[in-house]
Amino acid sequence: MNTLVWVEHDGAAVKDATLSAVTAAAQLGEVHLLVAGHGVGDVATAAAAIAGVGKVHVADDAAYAHALAENVAPLVATLMGHHDAFVVPSTSTGKNIAPRVAALLDVMQISDILSVEGDATFTRPIYAGNAIATVKSSDAKLVLTVRGTAFAKAASTGGAAVIEAVAAAGDSGKASFVSSEIAKSERPELTSAKIIVSGGRALQNAENFQAIIEPLADKLGAGVGASRAAVDAGYVPNDYQVGQTGKIVAPEVYVAVGISGAIQHLAGMKDSKTIIAINKDEDAPIFQVADIGLVGDLFKIVPELTGKL
Amino acid sequence: MKILVPVKRVLDYNVKPRVKADGTGVDLANVKMSMNPFDEIAVEEAIRLREKGVATEVVAVSIGEAKAQETLRTALAMGADRAILVTSEDKVEPLGVAKLLKAIADEEAPGLIILGKQAIDDDNNQTGQMLAALTGWGQGTFASAVEVSGDTVTVTREIDGGAETVALSLPAIVTTDLRLNEPRYASLPNIMKAKSKPLATKTAADYGVDIAPRLSTLKVEEPAKRQAGVKVADVDELIGKLKALGVVA
Ligand SMILES: Cc1cc2nc3c(=O)[nH]c(=O)nc-3n(C[C@H](O)[C@H](O)[C@H](O)COP(=O)(O)OP(=O)(O)OC[C@H]3O[C@@H](n4cnc5c(N)ncnc54)[C@H](O)[C@@H]3O)c2cc1C
Ligand SMILES: Nc1ncnc2c1ncn2[C@@H]1O[C@H](COP(=O)(O)O)[C@@H](O)[C@H]1O
Repeated sequence: MNTLVWVEHDGAAVKDATLSAVTAAAQLGEVHLLVAGHGVGDVATAAAAIAGVGKVHVADDAAYAHALAENVAPLVATLMGHHDAFVVPSTSTGKNIAPRVAALLDVMQISDILSVEGDATFTRPIYAGNAIATVKSSDAKLVLTVRGTAFAKAASTGGAAVIEAVAAAGDSGKASFVSSEIAKSERPELTSAKIIVSGGRALQNAENFQAIIEPLADKLGAGVGASRAAVDAGYVPNDYQVGQTGKIVAPEVYVAVGISGAIQHLAGMKDSKTIIAINKDEDAPIFQVADIGLVGDLFKIVPELTGKL
Repeated sequence: MKILVPVKRVLDYNVKPRVKADGTGVDLANVKMSMNPFDEIAVEEAIRLREKGVATEVVAVSIGEAKAQETLRTALAMGADRAILVTSEDKVEPLGVAKLLKAIADEEAPGLIILGKQAIDDDNNQTGQMLAALTGWGQGTFASAVEVSGDTVTVTREIDGGAETVALSLPAIVTTDLRLNEPRYASLPNIMKAKSKPLATKTAADYGVDIAPRLSTLKVEEPAKRQAGVKVADVDELIGKLKALGVVA
C-alpha cells in the first residue's frame, strides 16, 4: 500500500504533527509525502530527511501559498490516483483539507485515529473521548486524520527520500486568502510542549492571567494553555484553548490552575502523563483525573510556588 | 438570499456519555438530547444575517430519526422560517449527510450554507468540507466572524496559530466555531409560533441519494481510566513531588 502524508509546515519548517502522521502511515505501507506551498524548497528538503519516507511530492505554486482547501483538494485527489491512503495530521489545516479530499474521492474519512488495528481498521475517540470506537472502512481508499498525541514522532533525520515535483492544478477562483494574525510566542507550541500550565475562568481577567500563569510557565519552561471559559472571557487568545474543540495535548506535565475539569476540557488533556490541579473546590472534577492535587486559592498558591521554584 | 442551516440532534453536552455494556455504542435511551451546540451558533448566525437584511429566508435541515423534528422546532423557535426533515432510522455518516445536503442545495439554491464545525457525538468535523467538495463551493471553516458584502463572504477562521481571514465567492459553505456568536434562547411566544411554521418531511429515497454507510463500528469501549492521585497539603509538598518527577531540580 502507498500512503500519501500531508506535510504540515509554516513555509520554512516541517511541523512536528507531520512526524506523528508519518508513524501512523508507516503502519499502513510505504510512506510518500506531499509538500504543498509556495517557495517550499527548504521544507521539501527537510521532509526528504524524515526517516522512513520513500518519496516527497512537491507542489510549489502560488495557488498553494495558504493551503486553501479549494486549491489543494483537487491536487491531492489527482495524486491519490496512485496512492491508497491519504494520511493527515489533525491540525486546523489538516481538518480543513482532508474531508474535502475524501468527498472528491467518494470515501468516508476516519477522523482523529488513535491506533492502526490492521486491515482498514482503526480506533478513534467519540463523545469528547468518553468512548473509543473501533471502526473498519469498506472504501477502496482511506482518508485518515491522525491525532498527534497518539503516535510517536518519526525521526526528522536519517531519511533520504526522492524529491519529485508535481504539476500545479491551478486556482479554483472560489476562495482567496485575505490576511492572518499568527500569535508570536517565545513559548513552546502547545501540541509539542513537554510542560503546559493552563488557566481557567478563576483567573478573572487578562491581567491576572498574565501575572499569575505566565511567571509559573516561565519558571517551568512551559507552554501556556487555557480553558474555553478563559478564552471566551478574553483573558487569552483562542489558540490557547485546550479541549474537545480546541487543542489536544499530552505533555509530560499538565498543570491546571482554576479549571473545573468539564468533560470538554478533559477531552483535550487527559492523556497527559502527569496532571497537577490547583483548585479551591476539593470536589472539582479535575481532581478525578489529577495525579497531584492541591486544594486552595490559586492567588496565594501559584505566586508562592513560582517564588519557591 | 436564502441560508440553509443543517442541524443535528445529539446527546446534550452536559450529559456524561455512558458506553453500553455490550460494546455497541453510547447509551442514548432516556437521556437528554439537544441541538448540537455548534449548530445553535449556525442558526443564530443565519438569523442575524436575516435581521441585518443580508438574508431573506433561513431554512433548517436535519437528517435523522423522526425525533429530530424537535431539534428543527428549536431552530424554528429561534427564528428559522421553515424546516426540512429527512428521516432515516439508520445512522447517516457525514458523506451521506453531505450528499443529501447537496441534493437539497440543488433544489433550494441557497447563497450560504452554515453548518457546525463538528457534531459533538461522533466528533467527525467533516460534513461542511465534504459538502463544499460536492457543491464545488468555497469553504470558510471554523468561523469566528462572517461578513457578507455583495457576492462575497469574508470569513475569519480560527486556526492553530491564531486567526486567518479568507474571502469566498457566493454561494459558499461556512462552518461555525464557538466564538462566532452567543445563540439566543427561544422565547415562549416564539416556541408557540414555531409549532405552526412549515416543516416538510422527506426520506433519503426522495432525493435518490445512496447513503449506505462505508464504515462499520466493530466495538465501542470506555477509554482507559485515570486513577485519581494524591492531594498534597501545601506548596512545599507539591514542590517535593515536582522534584521527584524530575520537573524541577
Ligand atoms: C460544544 C462545546 C465545546 C466545548 N469545548 C471546550 C474546550 O475545547 N475546552 C474547554 O476548556 N472547554 C470547552 N467547553 C466548555 C466547558 O463545558 C466548560 O464550560 C469550561 O471548560 C469551563 O472552564 P473553566 O474550568 O475555566 O471554568 P469553570 O467551570 O467556571 O471553573 C472554574 C474553576 O475555578 C475554581 N476557582 C475559582 N476561584 C478559584 C481560586 N481563587 N483559586 C482556585 N480555584 C478557583 C472553581 O472552583 C472552578 O472549579 C465546551 C463547551 C461546549 C458546549
Ligand atoms: N444528521 C445531520 N443532520 C443535519 N446536519 C448534520 C447532520 N450531521 C452533521 N450535520 C451538520 O454537519 C456539522 C458537522 O458534523 P460532523 O461532520 O458530523 O462533525 C454539524 O454541526 C451539522 O451542522
